[in-house]
This record gives sequence, C-alpha cells and structure tokens, in this order.
Amino acid sequence: MSEILQNIINQPYKHGFVTDIESDTAPKGLSEDTIRMISAKKNEPQWLLDYRLKAYAHWLNLQEPHWQNVKHPAIDYQNISYYSAPKVKPKLSIDEVDPELLRTFAKLGVPLHERMALAGVAVDVIFDSVSVSTTYKEKLAGVGILFCSMSEAVLKYPELVQKYLGSVVPPGDNFYAALNSAVFTDGSFCFIPKGVKCPMDLSTYFRINTEESGQFERTLIIAEEGASVSYLEGCTAPAFSSNQLHAAVVELIALDDAEIKYSTVQNWYAGDKNGVGGIYNFVTKRGLAQGKNSRISWTQVETGAAITWKYPSVILLGENSIGEFYSVAVTNHYQQADTGTKMVHIGKNTRSTIVSKGISAGKSNNSYRGLVKIAASAEGARNYSQCDSMLIGQQSGAHTFPYIQVHNNNSQVEHEASTSKIGEDQLFYFAQRGIDAEAAVSMIINGFCKEVFQHLPLEFAVEARNLLSFKLEGSIG
Amino acid sequence: MIYQDSTIVLEVRDLCASVNGVPVLKGLNLTVKSGEIHAIMGTNGSGKSTFVKVLAGHAAYVVTSGEIYFAGQDLFTLSPEERARAGIFLAFQYPIEIPGVGNSQFMRLAYNTLQASRGKEELDPLEFDDFVREKMQVLEMNPDFLERSVNEGFSGGEKKRNEILQMSLLEPRLALLDETDSGLDIDALRVVATGVNQLATPENATVLVTHYQRLLNYIVPDFVHVMDDGRIIKTGNKDLALELEAHGYDWVNTEAAAQTAKVTP
Repeated sequence: MSEILQNIINQPYKHGFVTDIESDTAPKGLSEDTIRMISAKKNEPQWLLDYRLKAYAHWLNLQEPHWQNVKHPAIDYQNISYYSAPKVKPKLSIDEVDPELLRTFAKLGVPLHERMALAGVAVDVIFDSVSVSTTYKEKLAGVGILFCSMSEAVLKYPELVQKYLGSVVPPGDNFYAALNSAVFTDGSFCFIPKGVKCPMDLSTYFRINTEESGQFERTLIIAEEGASVSYLEGCTAPAFSSNQLHAAVVELIALDDAEIKYSTVQNWYAGDKNGVGGIYNFVTKRGLAQGKNSRISWTQVETGAAITWKYPSVILLGENSIGEFYSVAVTNHYQQADTGTKMVHIGKNTRSTIVSKGISAGKSNNSYRGLVKIAASAEGARNYSQCDSMLIGQQSGAHTFPYIQVHNNNSQVEHEASTSKIGEDQLFYFAQRGIDAEAAVSMIINGFCKEVFQHLPLEFAVEARNLLSFKLEGSIG
Repeated sequence: MIYQDSTIVLEVRDLCASVNGVPVLKGLNLTVKSGEIHAIMGTNGSGKSTFVKVLAGHAAYVVTSGEIYFAGQDLFTLSPEERARAGIFLAFQYPIEIPGVGNSQFMRLAYNTLQASRGKEELDPLEFDDFVREKMQVLEMNPDFLERSVNEGFSGGEKKRNEILQMSLLEPRLALLDETDSGLDIDALRVVATGVNQLATPENATVLVTHYQRLLNYIVPDFVHVMDDGRIIKTGNKDLALELEAHGYDWVNTEAAAQTAKVTP
C-alpha cells in the first residue's frame, strides 16, 4: 500500500522544458555597475537608480537570514546573472509577441490569446526578467485602471510608482527585499482608482527560463478608496540541475473601503527526487490595509520550489480593516518550505483570519511560521488562526511555529492546530469501497484543503486542484 | 435461505494466514452459496475478524497457504479495490474516519465506481442525493449524515448504520459483516438487521462475524460456524448459536477436543 502511495506522490514535473529562445543575458555578478546597467537598459529615471543603489549599499551590510527552518548550501550571489531578456524586443501588442513565447505559455496553459479573452482575465506575462505582454490594457484603461509592467509604469506613471514603491516593504526590510530593491527587473503594476471595482481578474504569470539567471520581480498594487481588485499570480520554471534564485517583492496598498484579493498558485520547479536543482523562492509579500474598512486577502497554493521562504503579511492600520491568509503548502521529496504569515494589528477593531494547510510527503519538511501581533492601539482586535498539517509517508516532517504578541487586554486571539496522516487504514477503507488509492488520496487532500480552495477564484481553484492531483497523485485534487 | 439451484459464491480451502509473522488462520474451510447467511462465532482471538479482512484483501494480513475462490475466480489475483468492484463488501468493525471528505461525496464516488465497473449508469449529485435519502429512511438515519465528514465524530452506532447504508447502496454479491452488532443498542440492532435482511436475495450471500447470539435473533442464519484457533471447529444451524449462548464457548471446545481425541489413534 505504501508503495502505491509513493508512486502517486512522485509524479514528474511537466513544466520542466526550456524554451529555445535567444536571450540577452547579463554576465554573472553583482556590483554597482550591474545595477547601473539594468537601470540603463530600462531607461530609468535618476530617482530609481538612486533608490536601487541605496538598497544595494544597504544589502551589502545585511546578513543572509538563517533563522528559518530550512537548509541549503551558501548562495554565491556573484554567480547569478541579474538580467535576462528574450532577445526579440518585447512588444506591447500580443500579435507581435514571439510565437515561440506564445507557444511556451500555451504549453503552460496560460491563457494568452483567445482563450484568455474567453476566460475574461487580463494577463501580464513575465519571462525571465521582462514583461512580454500585458493584455486587456485598453479595456481596463476605459474604467481608469492602470495595469502594465513595472518597467512601463516607471516611465509612464513615475509619480505613482515613486509614491508607493517601497512604502510597504522598505528597501532595507530584509536581506532578500534589499537585494530585490537593488536589482528588480520587472513585474506588474496595478492601480485601481477611487470607487472602481475591477471588472475582471488581473493576472501575472512568471516564468524563469534561463539557467543562470535569477528572477527578481516587483509587483505593486494600489486600490484607492472604495476600489476592489482580484489578482492572480502563477509561476513555473524549467528543470535545471542547478538552483535558481527567485527573490520577489510584492506590495499591496488598500485605502479606505478598498479590497485587494491576491491569489497565487506557485509551481516553480522543485528539484528532482534526490533534491538536485529547483528554485529558491525567497519572497517578501506584504499588504498595507491603510484605510478604514479596507481588506487584504492572500490566498496561496504553494506546490513548487526547492525551498520556499515566504510570509505574505498584512499590516492592519486602518480602523476595522481585515487581513486574511489562506494557504496550502505541499512539499515532496527533499523540498523545504518555511511559510506562513504576519498579521500586525494596529488599528482599532481590526480582524484577521489565518488558515494554513501544510502537506508533507517524501523526505520533505514543511513549516508554518506565523506572527500575530496586536499593538496596544489595536483595541478590540480579533484573530483566528488554524494550522493543520498532513503527513504522507514515514519520512516527512511538519512543524508549526506560531508567534503571538498581544499588547492590550481587550483583544481576542485564537489558535488551533492539528496534525493528521493519510493512513493505510484510510486507503484500505477506500479500496474496500472500490476506490483506488489515487482517487482516494485526491479526495482526502481535496477535503483537507477545502477551506483554502474555496477562497480561490474559480478557474484558479480548478488549476490548484489539478496541480495537487498532479503533484501528489496524478489526479489528486 | 438455502436454495436448491444456488451457486457457490465463496469457496475457502485450507486457508492459513499470519499477521506480523504470527499465524492466525490455520487451515480454514468454508463454502458459501448464493442466498445463504452464515454466522461465524468464536472467542476473541479465534481468527474470525482476520478471516474477513483476508477476504477483503487487507495488506497487513498475509496468506501463507490455501485457496479462495469468489464466484469461481481466484481471489488472490484481485486487488482490494477489484474485490470490492467484483462484489465483496466488508462492513468494518471499526469504520475509519476520513476528516474533510463529505460522506455523500464519498458514497457517490464508491457507488459510481462500482456502477462503472458493472457497466451500469452513474448518478449525478442530485440523482444520487434522492437515491441515498431513500436508503437512509429505511435505516432511520438523519439526512444530516450526508453533510458530515465520513465517520468523523459519529457515535459507534452511527458508524455501524453508515456501514449498512453503504452496503445497501453498493448491493454486494457477498456481504461480510465484522462484529457489526458490537456497541449497538437494541434499536440500532433492529435497524441494522432490517438493512441486512433487505439485502438478502437468492443471488447474494452474507457472512457475519459476531461474538454474541443476540444479532441472530434478528438475522436468522442458515449456518452457524464456531471458530477456534484459526479453524472452524463446529458447524450447525441457528440452534447452535442458542446452545453456545447457553453453554459458552468452552462447551464447544471441550466437545471438539473430545472428537479430535476419538479420531486420533
């Protein structure tokens, strides 16, 4: 029985192909010159170059963090290329995009063309370091929404970018955020003006293609008073035997009565069954619920990456603001994940909900790490946290590190945790009803993740189920 | 019921099996024909639960020798799920809890899997809902059970009813009931028995494993077998169960030992 289970959870990675496309890749290494080169390639204004250089200077003084529950060999930051772009100059019209790229994204199931139109999703596609296409731009502009690549935003909307960039994740926030601030190459920018409900889901698709390059993208989403948006992010990478570094920064800002829902399905290459290769996914994601009654919601399905280090957080500044974190993290083979969230309550009557589901298989290690901090000013704040772990097989690990800090005496914090196992007796019970192990594991995992999947947008929920099937059972949702 | 023109559903010959390397079944023989109800009784540790788990194909129970034929087919060539699809149903002594998986969803998947393997029509969620609610009425089950996770937080009696519900949905050729009566109050016992009796047709067969006679007040067996130390040591009709109740298992053991002494030179 356990052999069946092993086969089920050990499906190969299907996004591991490399697109044969000529790339303009910078020589390896990081210095002020590298940063000037990136900035020059993007025709950036002086203030942004200064921002980058300042971040770089700061980064030089920071230490790589080692408090997380993961192990990896030292990363040689001079052995990474900090810029790689498809040689064909990225065009803004989808019809002019290199067909090889379109084929790549079609292969990945990214709806770029007619399918995208049908799906009614606006997509920004980031290939290695640059954004190759943003769709639906005109239609969105009609209601005042700005949705484009970060490079374009820097040139077209410099005042907005300058106002908000680094306002939630300052350049010196942490080691990887500082690195990103110094070398970020592209990403998505999204601005929803006052009172506008975004009529469609916005989406960014990240793809690393080059072996030696890192990916350092930067996403900035601003929802003004009363605005709302649902944003989706997907990621894949080819299977290389080396490790690639992905150090992104995502900043969300919600003003009064605004709502931002950010959903991620992360399927970076996780390395092979012996733990060789895979993406180091060291990401800083943070939202600022700045306005009264604002709401920021993170939903993530993390299945890929050799190592995940990621804590999508919400700073609850505005009165009555709401922060939510719904997460499914799956690890297999030698994958390591140290992921969770931070909910920092500052405003009165702020509320947060954390639902984390960790699934560990193979020899992997899956840790939930979460901070709930209630400041003295956050009168009447409430938090509910639920952390459930599921173990598959005998050699995987699940860990929970909750940190709770409460600085007043009229707030309410609840934490629930559980650990379960897919047991042979459960599989036998299914088998005795005629249901094979694959379908059984699928059903158990789907049931386990139900509370998170229900928060994903519909198409994404389907994708997430398929991905888990694929990751854990060939058809496991 | 014993029928004239019945066919053999289950044929077990000299079955030996071990658990964790310890022999538990030591030469068990049994023939079950369609339409029949067999009760297997015996003390704890006599091997009766092991026997039904071996029939269902639980991996922890290793067959060391012997043969089992199910409707003429070598049972050892079939995986547990293939056995289930072929029509073997085991009502578990301790039904397994599956948190997060809806009972209705679980039963529908089981039902449709079996329907598909029999080349019969599958039911969509709405059709299935009507179908299962009808079956639940017979078992006097609250429809709330459909919404709950499989067996999670169910009382002992609720779990057993849920097993019988699944049995009535899946309409097995051979139903194995492993101590289905244990932990049931008298009302639940009656309800469970009704479910089992309803399923009894000239085509199906039932093997029920029990420690006590009381279930047999409601389900009348055609044969009663007494198991001891991994073998069937005595077979009789329903009256054997009453004798057991009156005299205890020691009585059969002594009698069987005496018989063995007689034939041994």
